Amino acid sequence: MMHTEPQTAVSIVGRGAVQAGRLVREWYAELDGAAERGAPAAYVFVMGSLVELLRSFELPVVFPEINSLQTAVRRVEAEFLAQAEDSGYSPDICGYVKADVAVQLRGGAHPMGRIPKPAIAVLTNACNTYLKWGEIWERMYKTPVFAIDVPSARSANERAPGAAGLARDRRYVEAQLRELITACERISGRAFDIDRLREVLRLTNEMTASWRRVLALNAAAPAPFNAVVDGTAYLGVMNALRGTEAGCAYFRDLEEELAYKVEHGIGALAGERFRLIFVGVPCYPIFRRFHEFFADRGGTFVSSSYLWFASGGADTGFEYDLRHPIESLAEGVLLGVRRATDAMLFQDRLLIGAADEFHADGIVYHPVKSCRTVSTGLAGSRRAVMQARDLNCLYIESDMMDRRVVSEAQLKNRIDAYFEGLESRRLRTDSGAPRPEESPCAIPLA
Amino acid sequence: MSTAIAASAVGADLWGEWRGQAIGEMISRARELTEDMEFPTVRRWRERGGQVLGHFQVYFPEELAHAAGMLPVKVKGGPVEMRQADAHFGSYLCSVMRSSLELGLSGHLPLDMFVTHPICDAARNLAGVWARNFSYPIQILYLPQNPNSASSVEYLRAEYQRLLSDIEGVTGAPVGVEALRASIAIYNRNRALIRDLYAMRREAPWMLGVDEAYVLLAVGTVMRREEHNEMLAAALAALRERPARRQDKMRVVFEGGFCEQPPVDLLSAMAQSCYVVDDDLLIGLRYLEHDVPLTGDPLGELADAYINDSTYSPVQHDLRKPKEQMLLRRIAGARADAAIIAAAKMCEPGLDEQVAYSQALEEAHIPFFVTEFEEKMSNSDQLQIQLETFVENIVFD
Repeated sequence: MMHTEPQTAVSIVGRGAVQAGRLVREWYAELDGAAERGAPAAYVFVMGSLVELLRSFELPVVFPEINSLQTAVRRVEAEFLAQAEDSGYSPDICGYVKADVAVQLRGGAHPMGRIPKPAIAVLTNACNTYLKWGEIWERMYKTPVFAIDVPSARSANERAPGAAGLARDRRYVEAQLRELITACERISGRAFDIDRLREVLRLTNEMTASWRRVLALNAAAPAPFNAVVDGTAYLGVMNALRGTEAGCAYFRDLEEELAYKVEHGIGALAGERFRLIFVGVPCYPIFRRFHEFFADRGGTFVSSSYLWFASGGADTGFEYDLRHPIESLAEGVLLGVRRATDAMLFQDRLLIGAADEFHADGIVYHPVKSCRTVSTGLAGSRRAVMQARDLNCLYIESDMMDRRVVSEAQLKNRIDAYFEGLESRRLRTDSGAPRPEESPCAIPLA
Repeated sequence: MSTAIAASAVGADLWGEWRGQAIGEMISRARELTEDMEFPTVRRWRERGGQVLGHFQVYFPEELAHAAGMLPVKVKGGPVEMRQADAHFGSYLCSVMRSSLELGLSGHLPLDMFVTHPICDAARNLAGVWARNFSYPIQILYLPQNPNSASSVEYLRAEYQRLLSDIEGVTGAPVGVEALRASIAIYNRNRALIRDLYAMRREAPWMLGVDEAYVLLAVGTVMRREEHNEMLAAALAALRERPARRQDKMRVVFEGGFCEQPPVDLLSAMAQSCYVVDDDLLIGLRYLEHDVPLTGDPLGELADAYINDSTYSPVQHDLRKPKEQMLLRRIAGARADAAIIAAAKMCEPGLDEQVAYSQALEEAHIPFFVTEFEEKMSNSDQLQIQLETFVENIVFD
């Protein structure tokens, strides 16, 4: 529901970014308070976070991935990584894990405050590093680690699970959720309240519906938000405040803002020239500069695979059936994690669909050293997408955490050369010169 | 359409060169086969009309493919020159991912079906990468990472049933319960022989080095288990008669060979410096610790054995098996004095585990040596010097 009072560009445009910052700071302040009180907290991850269930037990949720990226955005990651490496962790493992190890060694202190210790860790098999990460807390604190198997697609060409397969997988996830409920009752000292879960699910339904509409609004030209810079801020709220009234209110306001911008032709970038899709994890150590490399040449990220997988597949539009909360939560987790996994491992088809929907001029692949899940297959994916569509695709490697493998000058050179190609193509198109013949799509889109 | 090959062809040797050889020569030829990236046994099988199921590391219930008349082959990379695979991957990746794809793209390892498991973040991508390059069926097997759930056996049993259906789709012939039981019996025999081989390593390590034992084990990944069983039985009999002199060498456990395999030369270098009395090399071949029962539902029994009667590796999460405790148990069981804690370069699970292993070994006052390796390393001299220094330090401490 949109607000009805008259709004002006001054009061509405830019509101989403400001509010996101405020809400995330408030969320961290709450965690700081929980740490002070020694309250039990749940550690979770963005893919299959299960915050709905944990909120129903009133457990504060900590997202270590978000804490870690904050160290990079705030340019203090080097000291955190060094501390973990001094403790024996290899330079060749995930930087998020190492930053968190340092946070734990500092008693929970990080750039946004302090986080409580984990009373329980809940993770899925959407990322194998989640499992190894949880084992670190097991060893540090004897934290109960609850790993939930969420089987995803069994082959690259599997569009959707068949009814029998879905039912079987859902039953398995549901059985594990019921075991998790028992564990949460023990840890929180509260009895499971199905009506409280129902209420949190209702709020998540509202947020995910908004999330889907927000992403779709960026199909407009000019795009009302940058899917990497602004999108990452929206993502923070989507994860941290999932299943809350504050989260719902935020996304209602955000929808209103973005609709206003679309209606008035206000783009995230004044003078949008090239519409790009981002694939991978952002380059947090130079987050703003990375954006400028593109924005300075008129490039806007209109979509991003990061907003698909790092939202835990919130873009699927799955709506929990409030009549059957546990069964429906199981199905939602299953389909959400599956969507996230598809977006990381079998993204070719999704990217081609997005390129069409968002009228993209090109795709920027950004594999990072820290995350093999997201990065390992991107070189081949790029080749497949280029075979299917006549798109300019850039492939640049760096990292999401470790500045030692981020070469700004090299990145800028590659990006500048990429824009030369985009400009050249634009000139060709504008002059009516024939484009290279578009290949028939080798990847079935249906 | 069934392409199951004739029974006479199934029964015939795929390798056979080991027959009639003295143990030294048998080991020498096993090493040649292990390092032969042309996969002659696989080619021979296909020339006879057989079909091949490749499965990526670490564990796969080969009984399913065997019962269907396919040749199960462990896809574990190898020291090959990268000509095509690098173009399909990013820079920060272990070698076994690249070399496995290279073996497929080069045509050296022709398959009719490929099964991969999300054992690590890199391997999760294999199905997508392979699907872009090969037309044969490619399947993902999600082995439980929550084996502590009361529902994990039932889930896994259903997964095995699903995979079996896919396998039947490739061969065109159904697989009956008796065929599965027969295959489980053959694999039980294989696991028992491998246990004997490791028992010999523990009890009389001077009888065979880690490099020798490794190649006798590794050839099993590219041949029918019936032949491997015969070969192992012959090798064990010959080894028991082998003249060998006990030396004053330190007893160590090698950990870190669960996926990417170290070059045989590197294992030889270790064997020169110490007795490697246990290891996790090709641990998938002996992941199930005891015989799988032949009386119940075969798929259910296989699933139950994986969940409840299996060893450990850095790529399986199981609250009942803290990996550092399992390592300490392995060291104690082998009466080892020290440990070599290795990891393949860029292998996240292995590198993660090195930290926990090191802490546990320190607390237990067990000397250990941390190192990294790569399957295509051509020079083991430096490691050998480091290892000798490590051993000398302990001896003269």
